Amino acid sequence: MADDGCPMTSSAIQASGLRKAFQDKVVLDGIDLSVPAGTIFSLLGPNGAGKTTTVNVLTTLIKADGGTARVAGHDVATEARAVRAAIGVTGQFAAVDELLTGRENLQLMVDLSPVPAKDGKRIVAELLERFDLVESAQKPASTYSGGMRRKLDLAMTLVGNPRIIFLDEPTTGLDPRSRRTMWTIVRELVADGVTIFLTTQYLDEADQLADQVAVLDQGRIVAQGTPDELKRQIPGTHVRFRFTTAEELDQAARIMPDSTRDDEALTLRVLSDGGTKSVRALLDRLDEYSISAEEFSVHTPDLDDVFLALTGHSTEVLAK
Amino acid sequence: MKSPSIVMLRRNFKHIARNPTTVFNAVLMPVVVMLMFVYVFGDAFSVGEDYVDYATPGLLLLAVCYGLGSVAVSVNSDVTKGIINRFKVMDVPRSAVLTGHVVASVLTNLLAVAALIGVAFALGFSPSASFLDWLGVVGVVVLLGFATGWLTIALGLAAKSPETAGLASIPLVMLPFFSSAISPTDKMGPGVRQFAEYQPFTPIIETLRGLINGAPAAADVIPALAWCAAIALVGYLWANSTFTKRA
Repeated sequence: MADDGCPMTSSAIQASGLRKAFQDKVVLDGIDLSVPAGTIFSLLGPNGAGKTTTVNVLTTLIKADGGTARVAGHDVATEARAVRAAIGVTGQFAAVDELLTGRENLQLMVDLSPVPAKDGKRIVAELLERFDLVESAQKPASTYSGGMRRKLDLAMTLVGNPRIIFLDEPTTGLDPRSRRTMWTIVRELVADGVTIFLTTQYLDEADQLADQVAVLDQGRIVAQGTPDELKRQIPGTHVRFRFTTAEELDQAARIMPDSTRDDEALTLRVLSDGGTKSVRALLDRLDEYSISAEEFSVHTPDLDDVFLALTGHSTEVLAK
Repeated sequence: MKSPSIVMLRRNFKHIARNPTTVFNAVLMPVVVMLMFVYVFGDAFSVGEDYVDYATPGLLLLAVCYGLGSVAVSVNSDVTKGIINRFKVMDVPRSAVLTGHVVASVLTNLLAVAALIGVAFALGFSPSASFLDWLGVVGVVVLLGFATGWLTIALGLAAKSPETAGLASIPLVMLPFFSSAISPTDKMGPGVRQFAEYQPFTPIIETLRGLINGAPAAADVIPALAWCAAIALVGYLWANSTFTKRA
């Protein structure tokens, strides 16, 4: 890399102070991030947090109002062509040509990329094979299921063998099985040394895939770290009891270790893995002391909890 | 790597061939309109000549306009489905993406016009145009298709969804009816008449009519060419700036 003395030469993606507003609505409010080459970075956030705008800026599709970003060592604003030559992008909606067949879609990418024409047939055949699309290769993409479309979309992105790949919500709207297939593909790519920048609304997806996660909220990164570091900041799986009287809550709080009480709501939160064994033990304990709870529920941490913990407001408030 | 323009053009042709509705709109609808006006209403109009001879030049223009709706929709689907973003990130030149649509649209126009002229002859069309005049007709059709094509592409790029893109192109399809295409402007009511006389399509239709009768008049040809150039320029600039801005 030509930038002598630049300490970030191992960063595939590097952004600092990115700002973007559409009319008077601020969408990105100073984004800093750094993605080491060969890792998976996940930008986690609800709809409207600014995930797609971040991807659009980093992939040269729109210009930021302020801040700088370098992708593959090139400035996205002044060296857009060099950036484009190094990246592959799979957008939020499967960008396949519905009137063309799967094979023709891939051939279109071969024809438009600097791949030598003689390698084209082989590349197309390999990608169809790898993404399990051989049988439907001759059918128009309009007949594909959502999962197949996403796979074709990603296959099209891989035609030029990009070293940095942006995936904008690659599994939104997919059934669980297709989601897992997508995850496997992403892991294989990273095993080949590709850098992945992935946006998602799902905590478990970031948890499963990412080396580093940044939580995006209203155009600002509110937390950044490994999935484990982030999960430590949010309440774990717990069981919640609601009682009818303050006395019952008092009694229950005394007999339950590791519990947090809420006097106003008359609820008690008890850490538990949510499995039948530990839940039964808790219920037995209440029974032993003849306390009955009005309501009982098991909570697993999800994106809402992360948001509540990190921002003090839930994702629903944001979605307005 | 092949020439991106050729690759994009081939893609647009495949789209046209695989989407029968496009072909229906572009080729059959003008023919249906012609049969309707010439066969059903034709005798009710008194235009001083055989109605098919009067109406054919205007219907040629209508045939060009009918093809545009599907162009707007197909350009817009490219934008809203993210294909254009994919092309942008692949550094496919803007000119290749947009020119593919324009050229495909103009060629569809020529197909529609050829079909329409064929049907016109079957209905007793008797033009007095020389070979050069016919070349002129083709030239005007290409120019008109090119100009309205660019404008339609701009509309398609700017529209929020394929549905609104389709709606946005409707004025272009309706405009020929408020011109000298179907009936002479001097028979129209006040207001409509002035509009019909001065709107861009009227000199273009009169130019086609002049060529087909073997006597084009400079008073029609010059404004016709000027309108085409102006529409093409506005469409081209608008389309290019929208293409760059929209992500």
